[in-house]
Amino acid sequence: MRRLFCRLLLAVSIFGVWPAAAQAQEMIAYYGPEDAPEVLVLRTTTDISIFGPVVETFLAQRPDVGVRFEQWGSNDLYHLSRQDCRAGAPGADIVISSGVHQMVKLVNEACASPYRSRLTERLPAALRWRDELWGISREPAVIVYNRQLVPEQDIPKTRFDLLDLLRPQDSPYAGRVATYDIEESGLGYLFAFADSQEASTFGALQESFGRTQAISTCCSVDIIRGVAEGRYRIAYNVLGSYAHGYQQQDDRIGIVLPSDYTLVLARALMITKDARHETTAKAFLDFLLSSEGTLALRKALLISPLLEDEEGSEGESLSSTALRPIGLTPSLMVALDASTRETFLKRWRATFPGP
Amino acid sequence: MPEFFRRFAATSLTARVALGISLLLIIGGTFVSLAAFAYGREAARSAYDRLLLGAANNIAAAIEIRDGVPEIELPVSAFELMAFAPDDRIGYRLIGPDSSTLTGYDEIALPRGRRELEDGFFDSSFFGEPARFAVVSRRFAERTLNGTIRVVVGQTLLARDAMAYDITTKALYVLAASGLAMVLLAAVVVRSVLKPLEKIAGGLSARDPHDLTPIDTSVPKETAVMISALNGFMARLDRQMKSMRHLISDTAHQLRTPVAALRAQADLFAGEADPARRDKIVERIETRSASLGRLLDQMLSQALVIHRGESARRARVDLRDVALDVFEDGDHEVLSPETDVFLELGEEPAIVLADEPSLKEALKNLLGNALKYGRSPVRIGAGLRGGQAEIWVKDAGEGPEPGTIAEIGGRFNRGQFARQSSAGLGLAIAHSVADSFGGKLGLEKLPEGGFRAVLIFEAVTEGVS
Repeated sequence: MRRLFCRLLLAVSIFGVWPAAAQAQEMIAYYGPEDAPEVLVLRTTTDISIFGPVVETFLAQRPDVGVRFEQWGSNDLYHLSRQDCRAGAPGADIVISSGVHQMVKLVNEACASPYRSRLTERLPAALRWRDELWGISREPAVIVYNRQLVPEQDIPKTRFDLLDLLRPQDSPYAGRVATYDIEESGLGYLFAFADSQEASTFGALQESFGRTQAISTCCSVDIIRGVAEGRYRIAYNVLGSYAHGYQQQDDRIGIVLPSDYTLVLARALMITKDARHETTAKAFLDFLLSSEGTLALRKALLISPLLEDEEGSEGESLSSTALRPIGLTPSLMVALDASTRETFLKRWRATFPGP
Repeated sequence: MPEFFRRFAATSLTARVALGISLLLIIGGTFVSLAAFAYGREAARSAYDRLLLGAANNIAAAIEIRDGVPEIELPVSAFELMAFAPDDRIGYRLIGPDSSTLTGYDEIALPRGRRELEDGFFDSSFFGEPARFAVVSRRFAERTLNGTIRVVVGQTLLARDAMAYDITTKALYVLAASGLAMVLLAAVVVRSVLKPLEKIAGGLSARDPHDLTPIDTSVPKETAVMISALNGFMARLDRQMKSMRHLISDTAHQLRTPVAALRAQADLFAGEADPARRDKIVERIETRSASLGRLLDQMLSQALVIHRGESARRARVDLRDVALDVFEDGDHEVLSPETDVFLELGEEPAIVLADEPSLKEALKNLLGNALKYGRSPVRIGAGLRGGQAEIWVKDAGEGPEPGTIAEIGGRFNRGQFARQSSAGLGLAIAHSVADSFGGKLGLEKLPEGGFRAVLIFEAVTEGVS
């Protein structure tokens, strides 16, 4: 058994707030032998605690490779990668982000290098673009609720149920529903944008949120903790993998995959065009797509068991048509268009006048 | 080069067809491939250009002016339209009335010299990859904003190239298939075309050398020409063979009697002691051998006439020239010096298509008959009468008995013309000459007295060859 050690070089916070302005990584970890001749630079929005074990599995068979794991906020990661790409500076070898619209835009701007293998070809077309961008995870956007504060009959199975809960004048859920602040969170914006494309329910939901003074706040973990502690009764559009992970330690929360439709996010991976360790980066990609890598991702809940389990969480079962993967297509660039975003946010701000 | 042509002339038909087909396939194939490639490119270009234009229009339609500021919410449908080229990168740029970028990629530059650009397309590059762009303008005339907003939307060319490649390869598959079909078809056609030839060749080589009967003409029209030519040739050969056979048997028959007579005289001569009688016998032998010589002459000339009648080329001959030549040859002065011979020629040329030596031979024989059996004076002549050319010999005698004339005519018809006296032989020669050149022999008693033997032919009108 070879020696494997992991050092936390810098910890800003474990489940940190994404800093909006300062371009600094939230956390850095190093995996593999200290004197490894080849050190892969991995930049990702995924938490070290979640994705670290996957990296360790990868390194288990490779004694001469190390991984420098940098955890970033999605907006910062996007800006940094774009800057590196335009300057031709070799920054990261691999970038993995949940802000898939940002990744699509980076690929559109020729920041990625192409790769094709038996494993990448096996990916469904929606999870692969130009052979430069690949979706490696499957994470649903879920509704999280507090088991004590939400009685059985009130658990919203669909968005319509949620609308019904918020309809009465004296709804006990008024002001107790939380969702992402989409101005702050890239992921929240992406989900909201995908919702707006998916169904007209989103307009009604937005209107309800505004009327009942729902809370828009930042970051998956804050929201989930808020639900667990009873600050919020229900949280809408929370990333399933985080919720599931949290639930394993704290069963005060329940998880629902809305059965009208459930968005499924696949974190996108690209190999940068200026990657210094392209071969190893490709090997890492192939590893993630292999059965071994898939198993590791499943253990890390990044390929969500919620989507496959017949019983599911809380006996929930979804028809496969209700699953709406957010495909890696250039259409996602619309989400990132400055003026479109501005228009979209203007409408959002009208709903949430601010604290 | 002549070497090449000579070799080509000897090339087999199959090889020629193969050469033709392969030339056709190579040239046609190259041409069709180029056309298919051009068509594929054009088709892909226009198909994807329309998508681009649709997307650009879609975006342009989504622009709204609020408080004097363009409010843009890019329609996802526009991008989904462009996602029909799934792997192509998308570039877009919205340009405001003041030429500033409202949103999108600053990197996309409009081509120079198109400031007053109308809607249309241009080729450029997008992050180092060749791309094609569509431009759509939308005019606004609001209180707060007046001017044109231009929407530029573009895509890289992967899908276009793939489609062009796809169309081209499919066209090439079709081309290859039809080429193969053509080759097979050509092989079948060549085989079926050559089959009659093989049949004819097989039939000919299996034939008995003496069998000159016509070949079965139930063959394709094109080869029937050859067959009928072959049959014509064989018929001629057959006629020649027949005449030769007749000639030989006639000659044998004709010669046997005088030669036997000569031998008898010679025997007599050997057994005769009386000089006076011996002289008489010698005299008889002389007469006999002279007449045998004439007979031989006539038979040879008949052989000549028969031979030439079949084989000589027809030429334009003036019958007056023939009569003049025979007259001037002066044979009659040798044969029968005591007979008066006159020449009577018509005023107009009597042109016929015939062989001059044959005509002369015929005339000489008729003249010979007249000198021998007729009565002086004898006239020979030629001329036109009623559109027909005539050449004739007249004498003042009675001519043969009418029965003899009829009998002679019958024999001609039965082809036994030669088994008779030398007079009959002369007539037979004249008859076969007339027959060979489409004329006829006339023997007539003249109302004013005398006898005329005449050869009548269709006259050739002057100026017509």
